[in-house]
Amino acid sequence: MNSRLDVWLWMAQRATAFLLVITVTIHLGTMIYVVNDGLSAGQILAHTRGNLFWLSVYGSFVTAAAIHVPIGLRVVLMEWTSIRKDGVNMIALAFAALLAFLGWRAVLGLYA
Amino acid sequence: MTKAQVLDVSVWRGGVSGEFVAYRVPRHDNQTVLDVVTYIQRHLDPTLSYRFACRVGVCGSCAMTVNGSPKWTCRTHVERVANGHRLSLSPLRNLPVIKDLVVDMRTFFTKWRRARGYFISAGTREDAFARVRPDSAQRRQADKGIECINCAVCYAACDVVSWKPDYLGPAALNRVWTLINDARDEHRDLHLAAVASDDGCLGCHGQQACLQHCPMGLNPAAGIAGLKRTVALAALRGEL
Repeated sequence: MNSRLDVWLWMAQRATAFLLVITVTIHLGTMIYVVNDGLSAGQILAHTRGNLFWLSVYGSFVTAAAIHVPIGLRVVLMEWTSIRKDGVNMIALAFAALLAFLGWRAVLGLYA
Repeated sequence: MTKAQVLDVSVWRGGVSGEFVAYRVPRHDNQTVLDVVTYIQRHLDPTLSYRFACRVGVCGSCAMTVNGSPKWTCRTHVERVANGHRLSLSPLRNLPVIKDLVVDMRTFFTKWRRARGYFISAGTREDAFARVRPDSAQRRQADKGIECINCAVCYAACDVVSWKPDYLGPAALNRVWTLINDARDEHRDLHLAAVASDDGCLGCHGQQACLQHCPMGLNPAAGIAGLKRTVALAALRGEL
């Protein structure tokens, strides 16, 4: 009954949750600062373009989200639908790829 | 009899399909729910099926759903659970109904086997008694979960069991936690391997319905959390 994949996914979800706590906090703090300071999109991009710090923060954010969310989706699908486990794994993997693509597209839009 | 002296009891009659049937039962001081069911069977309807043995909270065989909550009935006083003068009795959730208040417990006990919720040792009767310090950390952990009476109240209370029929459930996992902490058990690896999956300890959401309803006051959710930590450490060490 032991499933190594189950165990590693469970641990990955906990590890990425820890990372999300940090990156979401930074993200929300940044948003509040930006709104209060009335920065324009151009001013924001001036801060983020070529800035490795923001690349690493948002890169970590979207990577953690792309891992964490599909694992949660996988559990929801297993508990609430009759889809077989292999099918659920494929759906979760596809969703992870979609989140990673959209997330990194946005991050690179800020950096490049 | 006045209304205060009578209980209006709705009892599930039938199998998977059936209906609630109303009975009027005399009310007494210190009356238990099992007393109520026994009265119905002895005085009102001898065809009522239910299960009990010890009547004193040891055997774990009389559990059923009382006013929507799973409970042992031999030590549940009517006074504490009656909704005014009303009582609703139905079979335990998450287990197939055989007849009336009797459920098929096979799934529950099969999952104990699947979880390897049994002592594994190569010791023989010729060996000396194992010396286990009662104050050791491991023994204390085992002691917290050891008083389980296999009543399946936690199993009936658990939402994850109802969502995932293959989930081992709180009782089996709690049992494994006691064995993981039993210094005499020689196959910690086998116990861990049996519960390290989505259908094992990793499936627990920590909702703690098992803790809320356990008639013995045990905390299976804490044991399952312990299993999760142990499984994670074993995986990191390459032991799984």
